Amino acid sequence: MGNSFPESSVVFQRECHSTSVFSSSSVLRRENGRQTCTRSGKTDCLPWTCREERRDSKMSFFGLSCAKKKEKEVERRIRANDREFNLPFKYATNAIKTSKYNLFTFLPLNLFEQFQRIANAYFMFLLVLQLIPEISSLSWFTTVVPLALVLSVTAAKDATDDLNRHKSDRQVNNRKVEVLINGELRSEKWMDVQVGDIIKLESDQFVTADLLLLSSSVPLNLVYIETAELDGETNLKVKQALAVTGDMDDSIESLAAFDGEVHCEPPNNRLDKFTGTLVVRGQKYSLDNEKILLRGCTLRNTEWCFGLVVFGGPETKLMQNCGKTTFKRTSIDRMMNALVLCIFGFLAVMCTILGIGNGIWEQQEGSTFIAFLPRQDGVNSAFSGFLTFWSYVIILNTVVPISLYVSVEIIRLGNSFYIDWDRKMYYARSDTPAEARTTTLNEELGQIKYIFSDKTGTLTQNIMTFNKCSINGKCYGDVFDFAGQRLDISERTDRVDFSFNPLADPKFVFYDHSLVEAVKLEIPEVHGFFRLLALCHTVMAEEKNEGDLLYQAQSPDEGALVTATRNFGFVFQSRTPESITIVEMGIQRRYELLAILDFNNVRKRMSVIVRSPEGKLCLYCKGADTIVFERLHQSCGKMKDVTTEHLNEFAGEGLRTLALAYKELDEEYFVLWRERHHEASTAIEDRDERLDELYEEIEKDMILLGATAVEDKLQDGVPQTIEQLAKADIKIWVLTGDKQETAENIGYSCNMLQEEMNEVFVVSAKSSEEVREELRSARLKMKPEAEEKPVIISGGILGKKTKVVQDEAVDGEYGLIINGHSLAYALDSSMEIEFLRTACMCKAVICCRVTPLQKAQVVELVKKFKKAVTLAIGDGANDVSMIKAAHIGVGISGQEGMQAVLSSDFSFAQFRYLQRLLLVHGRWSYLRMCKFLRYFFYKNFTFTFVHFWYAFFCGFSAQTVYDEWFITLYNLIYTALPVLGMSLFDQDVNDRWSFQYPQLYAPGQLNMYFSKTSFVRCVLHSGYSSLVLFFIPYAAMYNTVRDDGKDIADYQSFALLAQTCLVIAVCLQMGLDMAYWTVVNQVFVWGSLAMYFAVTFTFYSNGMYLIFTASFPFIGTARNSLSQPSVWLTILLTTMLCVLPVVAYRFLFILLRPTINDKVRFKVCQAKAGPPPPAPRARIRRSSTRRSAYAFSHTQGYGDLVTSRRFLRQVPAPRQSAGFSPTGRSTGFIHMGRSGGYSPTGRPQSSREPETSLQIYRAVKEPVS
Amino acid sequence: MMASSYNAKEEDGHHSGASGPGGGTAVKSKKPDNTAFKQQRLPAWQPILTAGTVLPAFFVIGLIFIPIGIGLFVTSNNIKEYEIDYTGIEMSSPCFNCSQNFSWNSTTPCKCSVSFSLDQPFESNVFMYYGLSNFYQNHRRYVKSRDDSQLNGDKASLTNPSKECEPYRTSDKKFIAPCGAIANSLFNDTLDLFFIDPNGTRTRIELVKKGIAWWTDKHVKFRNPGGNNLNLTAVFIDTAKPVNWRKPVYELDTDQENNGFINEDFIVWMRTAALPTFRKLYRIIQRKNSMTPTLPRGNYTLDITYNYPVRSFEGRKRMILSTISWMGGKNPFLGIAYITVGSVCFFLGVVLLIIHHKYGNRNNSADIPN
Repeated sequence: MGNSFPESSVVFQRECHSTSVFSSSSVLRRENGRQTCTRSGKTDCLPWTCREERRDSKMSFFGLSCAKKKEKEVERRIRANDREFNLPFKYATNAIKTSKYNLFTFLPLNLFEQFQRIANAYFMFLLVLQLIPEISSLSWFTTVVPLALVLSVTAAKDATDDLNRHKSDRQVNNRKVEVLINGELRSEKWMDVQVGDIIKLESDQFVTADLLLLSSSVPLNLVYIETAELDGETNLKVKQALAVTGDMDDSIESLAAFDGEVHCEPPNNRLDKFTGTLVVRGQKYSLDNEKILLRGCTLRNTEWCFGLVVFGGPETKLMQNCGKTTFKRTSIDRMMNALVLCIFGFLAVMCTILGIGNGIWEQQEGSTFIAFLPRQDGVNSAFSGFLTFWSYVIILNTVVPISLYVSVEIIRLGNSFYIDWDRKMYYARSDTPAEARTTTLNEELGQIKYIFSDKTGTLTQNIMTFNKCSINGKCYGDVFDFAGQRLDISERTDRVDFSFNPLADPKFVFYDHSLVEAVKLEIPEVHGFFRLLALCHTVMAEEKNEGDLLYQAQSPDEGALVTATRNFGFVFQSRTPESITIVEMGIQRRYELLAILDFNNVRKRMSVIVRSPEGKLCLYCKGADTIVFERLHQSCGKMKDVTTEHLNEFAGEGLRTLALAYKELDEEYFVLWRERHHEASTAIEDRDERLDELYEEIEKDMILLGATAVEDKLQDGVPQTIEQLAKADIKIWVLTGDKQETAENIGYSCNMLQEEMNEVFVVSAKSSEEVREELRSARLKMKPEAEEKPVIISGGILGKKTKVVQDEAVDGEYGLIINGHSLAYALDSSMEIEFLRTACMCKAVICCRVTPLQKAQVVELVKKFKKAVTLAIGDGANDVSMIKAAHIGVGISGQEGMQAVLSSDFSFAQFRYLQRLLLVHGRWSYLRMCKFLRYFFYKNFTFTFVHFWYAFFCGFSAQTVYDEWFITLYNLIYTALPVLGMSLFDQDVNDRWSFQYPQLYAPGQLNMYFSKTSFVRCVLHSGYSSLVLFFIPYAAMYNTVRDDGKDIADYQSFALLAQTCLVIAVCLQMGLDMAYWTVVNQVFVWGSLAMYFAVTFTFYSNGMYLIFTASFPFIGTARNSLSQPSVWLTILLTTMLCVLPVVAYRFLFILLRPTINDKVRFKVCQAKAGPPPPAPRARIRRSSTRRSAYAFSHTQGYGDLVTSRRFLRQVPAPRQSAGFSPTGRSTGFIHMGRSGGYSPTGRPQSSREPETSLQIYRAVKEPVS
Repeated sequence: MMASSYNAKEEDGHHSGASGPGGGTAVKSKKPDNTAFKQQRLPAWQPILTAGTVLPAFFVIGLIFIPIGIGLFVTSNNIKEYEIDYTGIEMSSPCFNCSQNFSWNSTTPCKCSVSFSLDQPFESNVFMYYGLSNFYQNHRRYVKSRDDSQLNGDKASLTNPSKECEPYRTSDKKFIAPCGAIANSLFNDTLDLFFIDPNGTRTRIELVKKGIAWWTDKHVKFRNPGGNNLNLTAVFIDTAKPVNWRKPVYELDTDQENNGFINEDFIVWMRTAALPTFRKLYRIIQRKNSMTPTLPRGNYTLDITYNYPVRSFEGRKRMILSTISWMGGKNPFLGIAYITVGSVCFFLGVVLLIIHHKYGNRNNSADIPN
C-alpha cells in the first residue's frame, strides 16, 4: 500500500483550518484557552520562564538575575563561522552568571544589601546614636552584638545560596554541545560557545543559545521543540529553517563554508517576535520568529539540527525575561509590619513623654542638683530633654527587637522542614516527598479560606480506565464470590489473563473473567460490542515495531475504550483516511471507512459507517445514553430498560457511561445518502444544519449493543479531603479547562456537589446581560431577602484603601457552575462583585472551560474583595498563573512536567496531602507563629516598660534598669531558645485530633490567634507585668539592707533583682503558654534559666572584672545579692504576681467561654485514659443517580482530521514500521501532556511476545496487503 | 520516540529517584526518616488548665504565702529602728544654722548635735546608717561618672582616667583621683553618737567603721594603685583631689587598710543607690556581750560635723539606727504583700471553685459543633 493513499477515497472532508501539521495537533491537544499565560498585562515577560528568586533559593535551572544592560546595541550583525568578524562587537558569550557575589565582593555587597533592609538600617541608626556620648545610654555592644549576629546569620545564608547559584551556573555553563570549529565538529562547553558559531543539536537536548535554525534532519527543515521551560506549554512547536540554509543539510563542508551574515534586532525579551535578515551570497532573506530556536527549549523528535548562535548567555531571550518577581508576604507579615509601625509610634510617644519629663526634671530638680551633678556646657533643660529623647530611643528600642525578624525566619524555616520531612506527605509510588519550596509562608497555611483547584491531574489522576460494561443486557465488570456476593476489588483480586491475545496491553487490568469467557465463546453481541469499540473512534495507532502498538487518543476516554477493546481481542491496528484495520481474535480485517459522523456538543454522539471485508455496510454509533436511546429501534425496548438499570448503577459509582448501538445499512440507501451528504458538505449556506439533518436521518432505528463505563479515576482520598476541608470551613472552587459536563461529574464524584444540595446553578449565558441576570436570579433564589447592594466594608491601614465584600449567610446548600464564556463577563469590573457575592453564597463553585488567565483573575478577584487567604493548587502549566496569583501556590508534582511545581510555594504528589498540609502543618505553623509573636511581644514589652517606670525614679535620665550585658543577651540567649523551642515544637493537639476536628482550623481563618486586639491585650499584659516587675522589687528594696546590714538597695543589686525577676517571670509565662512540653522544650527552658545564672555569675565574677574592668562593673553583685533570703522571697512574690492573674484569667475563660481548642484539648485529656480517637472515617458512599455521559474531553472536528489527508501525509503504513527510524518522522500526534496519560500504553511496550505468536501474526497479516 | 513527560530536573542531576525499569536500586529513596523528631511525634507532657490543677494550686499558694507573710511581717516588726532627720530645715532644728551657712570653701567645720532618746533597748549589733533623700545617685550621668579601672588601682587610669569622669576629670591640670561626680560628691558628714547617762555623763559609743562595705568591693573592685605600697602619698603624688573634697584621697583614714581607694566609707558611697531615697551603712555598733543591750534605753546625742549640703536640691539627711534580722532591715512591705497575695489567692480559689461548680461541667462536656 505504501505511502500513497488512493485518491478515490471517500472521505467527507470539511476544510481543515490547521495551518500546519504541528499547529493543528497542538490545537487539538490543548483545549481552548490553554494558550497560557499573562501575556497581556503589565509585564510582557513570561512569569514562569525562569523561576523567581526565592528566599530559600532552591535554584533555578537556568539561573536568574538579569544581565546588566550595557550600552545600547542598535543592530546586531553576525557573520557565521567568523569569530574575528564578530569579536569587535563584544557580544555576550554563552556563559551565564546568575550568582551575585564572588569572593571579594561578597562582604561589601552583601552588607550593603543587608543594610537596605529597614530593620538593619534601623539598628545601624541606633548604633550611630549610641556613638554620640551625650545620647549614648547603652554601651555600643548592646546593639553591635545582636546586629553582628543577625548580619552574619543572614550573610551565611546568602553565601550558601550564592554558592548554589555558582554551582548551578557552572553546571549549566559546562554542558557540552557540538560546535563547528574550523570545519569540524567539536564538543565544547556551553560557555565557550560564541555568537556566530554553528552548533549541532540532537534530539532531547536543550537549546544552547538563541539560534537561527539552519537545517534539520526532518524533511522541509522542520524541527520540533518543546517550550515548557520557556512558557510552560508542554506541546511541541514547530520551527522551519530557510530553504537556502536547509539545503546544506548535515554536510559539514558546506556548513563550515557558510558565511551568511545576520542582521537583526538587539537582544530583547520578546519571546514571540524576532526580526532580522540573513544575507547569503548577496541575497537577502528575511528572518522571523519561525526560524529561531530559543534557549530553554528542548529539541524533540528531530534527530539533529544545525543552528547559528544569534544571542548568547545573558542576551538570550530566556535570560532577558528573568525579571524579579515580587515576594509573597504572609498576612502575619503584613500585620507585623503595621504593628511595627504602631510600635514605632508608641516608642516615639514614650520617648517624648520621657524627654519632656527630663526637661521638667532638669528644670526643677537638676538645676538645683548642679553641685553634685554639673551640667555639660551649653546643655539647658530643653536641650537635655531633646537628648534624653534620643537616649530613650536607644533604651526602649527593644520594643522592636532585631531578633524578632531573625526568629521569625528561623521558625518558618523549621516548620518548612517539617513539611519536607513528613512521611505522611510522601508518595512512595513516585518517590516524592512534599516540599516547602518557599520557606516564608508557612503560617499562612493555617489561614486559608479559599482553595482554587485545578481538576485534571489534581483532583483526578488523569487516568481513564475501562471499568464495566453492559452487553446485551448483561453487566460485566463486577467480581462475585461463589455465594453471589459482590466483592470489593483489591490488589489481591484475581486479574483476567489476557495471554491468549499477543497484542494485549499488559498494563490493562480487568477482574471479571466472565467477559473474556463471553468473548471466547464468540457470542455475537459481545463481538459486535467490541467491534464497535474498535471501529468507532478517532484514535490514531502507531506500530513502531511489530505488535508494539501505541495509541494516541484525543480524548482519554476513547483511549481507554480502545485499549480495553484491544485486550479483549479486537485490536485496532491502523487507520488510513479510507480504512480501519483491526485484528479480530487474531484475524486481521480491513474495514472500509465510509464516513465519520463526528461528535459535537449538541449531538453528543459519534458514528462511523464502515464496510466490512465481507461487504456489509454498517453504522456504528456511540454516545450519551439519553441521546442514543432516543434513536433506537422499537425492538430494543426491553434491553433498553435493563441497560438503563445498569447505567444507573454505573452512574451511582461515578463512572462515565456511553451507550453503543449499531445499524446495518442498505446499500442503495447509503449511496443516495452519500450523495446528499457530499452535496451538503460542499454547500455554502447552512452547511452545518444540513449535515446535522443528514446525520440525524441516518442515525435512527439503531440496535442497542450495550453500554460502557469508564472511570475517570479520582486521586486517592479526594472526596474525603474535600469533605475535611469543607468541615474546616474552607471553600473550594474548582477552576478547570475541562468541559462543563466533565467538571460537573467530577464535582459530584468528589463530593463537592451533592445530591442533597438545594440547587446547583449553571451559568452559561452568552451575553453580559444574561450572565448578570442569571447570577442575580441565583442569588435571589438563595437569599430572597438579600439586599440589592452588597455589604462592602471599606477600610485599610495607612492610606491603603481596601474594600471587603461581606460574607452572606444562606440557608441551605447551593452549587454554582459557570463556564468560561460567562466567566469572562462575570469578571468584568462592572459585574465582578455581583459574581463574587453569588459565588460566595454557594458551597461549591466550579468554573469550567476557563483559561489560565481567567484562573488567575478569579483568584485575584477573591483576593481583592475578600479579606481572606487564598490557595491555588494545580499540576499543569495552565495552573501557573493562578498559583502565582494566589497567596499560596501548591503544585502537584504529577505527570505533567514541572511547571506548576516550579512556580509553586509548596509541592507534593497527591491532592489528599493538602489536608495534612493545611489542617496539620498549616494550623500548627499558624498557631506557633502566633504564639511566638504574642509571647515575643510580651517578653520584650515587659522588658522595656520597666525602663519606662524606672525613668520616674531616676530623673528621666535614661538610666537603664538592667545591666547592659543583660540587655545585650536577653533576647539572644536568655529568652531566645525557649520561645524558639515553643514555636518549633508546640502543638495544641496532635495530628490525629487535628483531623478529627477540622473545626480547629477555623480560628486561623478569622485571625483569632494574633490580631490587633490580641496585640493590645499583649501590651496591656506587659504593662501589668512590668509594673509588678518594677514596683515589687522597688517596694521590697526600699530602704532595706542585707542581713549583715550592708547595702542591698544599690543600683547594681536592684538591677540584678529586677532582671532575675524578669527572666523567671517570662520563663513561667512561657511555661503557661506552652502546650506541648517535649524534652527539647524542657532543656531549652531550664537551660536558659541555668544559662542566665551561669552567665550572670560569670560576668559578675572577679576574673571578668580584673581582665575587663570597664566592661563588667557588676562584680560581686550576684554573690552578695542572691545569697539573701529576702531577695528570693521578692523574686517569688514578683513572679507569682505576674503569673497568677494570667492563670486565673485563662482558667476563667476556659470555664465560661471555652474555645474550640480548649474543648478539644479537654477531650484529648479525657481520651488519654480511654481509647485513642477513631481513625478518620472510611470511604464515603455515594448514591448518586446522576448520569454522566459521553467522552467529555472530546473535541469536535477531530473526525475530519482523522480522515484528512494532510494529517496522515507522512504516516507510513504499519507494515513498513520495521525499517522506520525510531525518532519517528512526523506524525502529527505527539504524545505529550495530559491526554497522553489516559492509558496503560503510556510507554512503548518493551516486552516482546514469543517468537511463535509473532509468526502467526505475520502469517495472518500477509494476505491483506 | 515519544519521550513522555520529559523531566528537566533529571538532566540537571537531581535524580528523581523514580527507579526506572530494571536497575535504580542504588538510587536512594527520598522517603523521609521516621524519627519522632522529624515526624513531630516527640513524646511530650501536655498540661492543660483544668479545675483539678488550677484550684488546688491557688489554695496551696494561698496557704503557703499567708504563713510566709506573717513570718516576714513579724520579723520586720521585731526589728528596731530609729531614724532622725538632721537636715536642719526648720528653724528649731539644731542644725539649722549649719545648713544655712554652708559653703564648700569654709575651713572651719560647722558642728551641731541632736538629742534623742530610745524607748526600747537595741539588742544585738546595731547598724548606723546615713540616709539621703531626693539625691539622684541613679542619674545616668552621675552613675557613669567614674572610672572603675582607676579605682581598681590601674596605674594608667590613675593618671589618665576615663572621659566619663568629666567634668571631674582634671583639676589644676592634674588628673583627679578618684575622678568623677560620684567620688566628688562623697558624703562627708561625720556622725558621733553619745549615750547620755541618766546622770548626765556622755559616753561615746564605739562606732566600727570597718566591715561596712561588701567584701568583693573592698578586696576586688577597689584597690589602691601601687599594690602594697604603703606610701599612698607617693602613689597619688601626680593626682589632684576631687574638687569638693577637703583632703586628698590618701588622707581619708590613718589606717592604711582603710585608706585611699579602699576606704570603706568611700567604697560604700561609690556603690550608687538605685533610688533617689537611700540609706548607706555608716558605722556598726558591735554588741559587747549578750547580757546588756548594745544600745540601752535612754537619751543619746548625735554629734554632727555638718559638711554635706543638701538644702539646695531639697534633700534630706537622716541618721538611722537599726537592728537586723535574717531578712535584712526593717521593711514591712514584703510581709504585707505576702499576706495580701496569699489571701487573694485563697479567695480567688474559692471564687473559681464556685464558678467551676456552676458552669464548669456544662461547658467542657458540651459537644463540639460540627
